[in-house]
Amino acid sequence: MKAKIRKIVTIVEETRTEMGRAIDPPTRRAAAVAVIENPFAGRYVEDLADLIDIGEELGDLLARRAVEALGVEGSEVESYGKAAAVGENGELEHAAAILHPKLGAPVRKALGKGAALIPSSKKRGGPSVALDVPLGHKDAAFVRSHFDGMEVRIADAPRANEIVVAVAVTDSGRPLPRVGGLTTAEIKGVDGLR
Amino acid sequence: MPSVEIRKRVIIVEDIFHEGGPVAAIPYRRGAILTIIKNPFAGRYVEDIEGFSNDLKPLGLEMARGLIDALGGDPKAIQGYGKGAIVGSAGEVEHGALWHVPGGYAMREALGGAMAIVPSAKKVAGVGARLDVPITHINASYVRSHFDAMEVGVNDAPRADEILLALAMTTGARVHDRAGGLKAADIKGEDGLR
Repeated sequence: MKAKIRKIVTIVEETRTEMGRAIDPPTRRAAAVAVIENPFAGRYVEDLADLIDIGEELGDLLARRAVEALGVEGSEVESYGKAAAVGENGELEHAAAILHPKLGAPVRKALGKGAALIPSSKKRGGPSVALDVPLGHKDAAFVRSHFDGMEVRIADAPRANEIVVAVAVTDSGRPLPRVGGLTTAEIKGVDGLR
Repeated sequence: MPSVEIRKRVIIVEDIFHEGGPVAAIPYRRGAILTIIKNPFAGRYVEDIEGFSNDLKPLGLEMARGLIDALGGDPKAIQGYGKGAIVGSAGEVEHGALWHVPGGYAMREALGGAMAIVPSAKKVAGVGARLDVPITHINASYVRSHFDAMEVGVNDAPRADEILLALAMTTGARVHDRAGGLKAADIKGEDGLR
């Protein structure tokens, strides 16, 4: 592996009630988060190819870990998202190199499908910075019940020369969705939008 | 006593490969399970609360077993533990103290016996608060290599009328343990201390 991983954290959340109403079955989501060394910390490097390759490695590793933590088959995943937080000696562009060129393909492979864009967020920050990983339906970005976000944070990361990379998956949308829009039953799943 | 109403369950697992030193042959694993329940005593002073502690015992056992599963499923692999609670702002720290007996009992039961007192932390705090759950060796509190803590929290809990209950477990010594003191190999195992 090109990625030098210090730590991997998985988080699973299961919501059983909201405002006193039972959520049955509960809504569930999981994130797998890696803390890696930033090979380009502290200097300007033009060619970010190594980070792009690291993104591909992490897409595979984190998607599999997140699905495993959720305890479902990859094909049962309904929505997904990705995010990265770069330590203070790195650039936002380092997060972009990990997230955008190659991370998505292995994530989709782990899920069997994934016609929609994987929504993403990125930031620079210090240890314990909160990352809000945006979530959207994996086959149709316009499914309104699945627009969501999952906050993840790691107390001791990212250190100055590190990057935190997160992949989140769910087997459900928001608890008690009722703001209309495209429903999962109406998905065509061809263009990734509807 | 009132029934236990669960809103949400969160499981966090950390695999720590290194912290700047040699990469561990087997990663140090730290996990926590959190349950957000309704505080049946929120918003008023209730004198007689102790019975609720018994009501929490089945939940404690379910959480302890769930956490062992998340850490690989083998109770014998667990070497450190701790517990904690965050009480929402309409409650008292005394409500968090109700977790001492069921939390400790549950982990001992699920681990098939453990001699050391379970270290704990608790506080009253708002939504998104973080808690550092103290961790010590399960059979001898003085084992220095196993002194640790795990920061836990959930961004949307505890609401004012909720309690966040936490159990934490680890699978070994700190990843670069080298501060001396009593070693796990030298435990006498008579008094839970050494």
